[in-house]
Amino acid sequence: MSAQTHTAARRSPTRRSRWWGEVGWKYPVAAIIIFYAVFPLVYVVSASLSDSGSLSGSTSMFSDISFANFQALNETKFWTWVGNTLIVGIASAFGAVVMGAAAAYAFSRFRFKGRRPGLTTLLIVQMFPQTVAFVSVFLLLTALGNVVPALGINSKIALICVYLGGALGANTFLMYGFFNSVPKEIDESAKIDGATHSQIYWQLIMPLVTPILAVVGLLAFISAFGDFILAKIVLVSDDQWTLAVGMYQWVSNQLTSNWGLFAAGAVIASIPVLALFLALQKYIVGGLTAGSVKG
Amino acid sequence: MSNDATVALKQSGSSPAPRESHARNWRGLGWGFIVKLMLMAIANALGITIILAAYNVEAWVILGASVVLLIVADLIYFMKRTLPLKYMFPGLLFLFVFQIFTLGYTGYVAFTNYGTGHAGSQQQAVDAALIQDERRVDDSPTYPLAVVRDGDTIGFAINADGFVQVGTEEEPLAAVDGAVVNDSGTPTEVPGWELVPRADLFSDQALQDAVVSLRVPVSEDAEDGSIRTREGATGAIYTSSLVWDPDAQTLTDTDTGVVYEANGEGNFATADGAQLPAGWVVTVGFDNFVKAVTDTALAGPLLKVTGWTFAFALLTVLTSFGLGLLFAIIYNDQRVKGRRFLRTLFILPYAFPAFMSALLWRGMLNREFGIVNDWFFFGADINWLGDPMLAKFVILWVNLWLSYPYWFLVCTGALQALSTETQEAARIDGAGRWRMFRSIILPLLLVSTAPLAIASFAFNFNNFTIIYMLTEGGPPFPGTSGLGSTDILISAIYSISGVDGGVADYGLASALSIVVFVIVGIISAIAFRQTRKLEEI
Repeated sequence: MSAQTHTAARRSPTRRSRWWGEVGWKYPVAAIIIFYAVFPLVYVVSASLSDSGSLSGSTSMFSDISFANFQALNETKFWTWVGNTLIVGIASAFGAVVMGAAAAYAFSRFRFKGRRPGLTTLLIVQMFPQTVAFVSVFLLLTALGNVVPALGINSKIALICVYLGGALGANTFLMYGFFNSVPKEIDESAKIDGATHSQIYWQLIMPLVTPILAVVGLLAFISAFGDFILAKIVLVSDDQWTLAVGMYQWVSNQLTSNWGLFAAGAVIASIPVLALFLALQKYIVGGLTAGSVKG
Repeated sequence: MSNDATVALKQSGSSPAPRESHARNWRGLGWGFIVKLMLMAIANALGITIILAAYNVEAWVILGASVVLLIVADLIYFMKRTLPLKYMFPGLLFLFVFQIFTLGYTGYVAFTNYGTGHAGSQQQAVDAALIQDERRVDDSPTYPLAVVRDGDTIGFAINADGFVQVGTEEEPLAAVDGAVVNDSGTPTEVPGWELVPRADLFSDQALQDAVVSLRVPVSEDAEDGSIRTREGATGAIYTSSLVWDPDAQTLTDTDTGVVYEANGEGNFATADGAQLPAGWVVTVGFDNFVKAVTDTALAGPLLKVTGWTFAFALLTVLTSFGLGLLFAIIYNDQRVKGRRFLRTLFILPYAFPAFMSALLWRGMLNREFGIVNDWFFFGADINWLGDPMLAKFVILWVNLWLSYPYWFLVCTGALQALSTETQEAARIDGAGRWRMFRSIILPLLLVSTAPLAIASFAFNFNNFTIIYMLTEGGPPFPGTSGLGSTDILISAIYSISGVDGGVADYGLASALSIVVFVIVGIISAIAFRQTRKLEEI
């Protein structure tokens, strides 16, 4: 490999054309790919900075730079939606981590009747996505709302509960595998020293499995952030909406006049996500490929 | 050494040595126990609140379920033998209520006629029919009436032969003690209620409308009729001309003599087919499934939708996998400089939230003002989202933009994990680039990526977000089905279900959900065999 690079670097005329044939053409192709990948993102930034705030006014890119759209966001419910999204996302991420870790600990460390059938059942249940059963989620929440309004339609708590219903199935396996990789000898020695099962769980196991807790929390947050169908069914009034429901409403009603608002909102909401993604790129790539090359 | 110790432990465990008394182990109440006690106190308080609330609104199923769950929770956390369940119960609770129950309930609703016009029990349907039919009986007595309010709730106070009674829309008339009436018999003071002055009724149009449309039931029984008023000063009893005979299951109109009989389909109907609008929920067997394939307005569109669902999921996986793999192969090359930088730019669409991407492209592809028509097609008037074929193409194009980075990352990782020895051996044997790719790289790559491809297919099969955000299923098919040419099954279920308003058909929507579950189940079973996850347990 290094010998090849060396020869290519010398660049005699024939070598040079060979370099173009094998490596050089990849740079212009990369430029085309980057244009395809990045153009919409550049466009949304330009639209967010456009002065007119309308769809037709944002086709000439970067012709004017103004923060009018960002200021206009303050007069909408945008920041309420950001708050709602954070509440729903963080609460369901926290719940998913706490409940998933506890269940994974039980499956990994205790030997009890029904353990294997339990694991198999979880595996089967998680194949059937909750979103397809949205009609009965709607009917269930309508019925619950008559009894406890906080668990009914148009309540963020109800939406969090619905997300948590899917948490155990989705995350237990991921965590179960990780918990199994923590040697059992650690908790056995602690047990001999007189530690209770809860001390072992909170003080020994939890610190050792922090990476998987972070991964599961992040996954749960992202899925709550991106969910549209359940949020749209559950959250009815505009002060309860999450970003996905609210921004959809902007674009589906009078798209042309709300375009600047949408673009500014999209820039604000996606910057933290992009930053997080790029910062964690190494781990995300590692995680994807670890999952992919295992089989 | 350690082996000896375990042996010794085992021996001491099995030998019947005199047990130490529990009491000598007592080390006082730990913090853990106090925390547990407090958490359980909160849980019990919440549980009992829910039980009481369910009792108040007579929601017996919720009441029963809450009682059972609360008892189970207390047993689990205060018994010694239920250790694993102590860790699993919170997760299981949510799993049972919000996932397993909803799956099961979908299965039940699929076999009923639940929907607009069939939303409750038969008794509720009878009550609704009686209320809808209510009118003033010609010779019925009138009572002096005053409008009263308690916060936002308005009600009527009437003077029925010297006894003042108060009721609201929810609460039937009930006698009140200590009310004062004036000379004409109109109540002027009602304990616990604020009297609305007559002048307010004339000045406040909204209040006036509310009063005129208010219906205060005489009793819990809808057959007794209700008190209504036309002007806010006198009330009269309105009753229905329909009479309900529970034994014969008939509603008889006493004015016209028409008999409506309860039929097996959850409706009251006469012999010649006339129906009352109010119906109730009954099980209808496989009718919903049959309707989906035989109803002339629905079957054709649904068949097209199903075909497009498969095509969309398959083509999305193929195109994005293909493009991602191509890029991965091209740039998995040590000689290309700045690969980290290029890779970061390549995967940017993946880091942009998916729902925003769909909305962003919706604006970019707008027919009149979108930048795509303006820049790349020289202002041409191309109806990207309104033409059936173009809309399908656009959906695939946007989904390709969103998901090729995922496959680029996966394939890059998988390529780097391939052993170079096999490839070198093939090269020495004289294999060309194409031959190498087809016979060595692709088969090895598929071993590791096929399960992910199946998972991606299953995900896109139900990818509601991208369809709904880009086209909302449109452009619509001709006809009355309400479906469109880019609808996939889940978005079709969404429009049929009517959860968004409009005419609801929960039964048919659930039946289609069951069909989706069966398809997804089959796909997952295939994925299962691939990954052999079961053996890993």
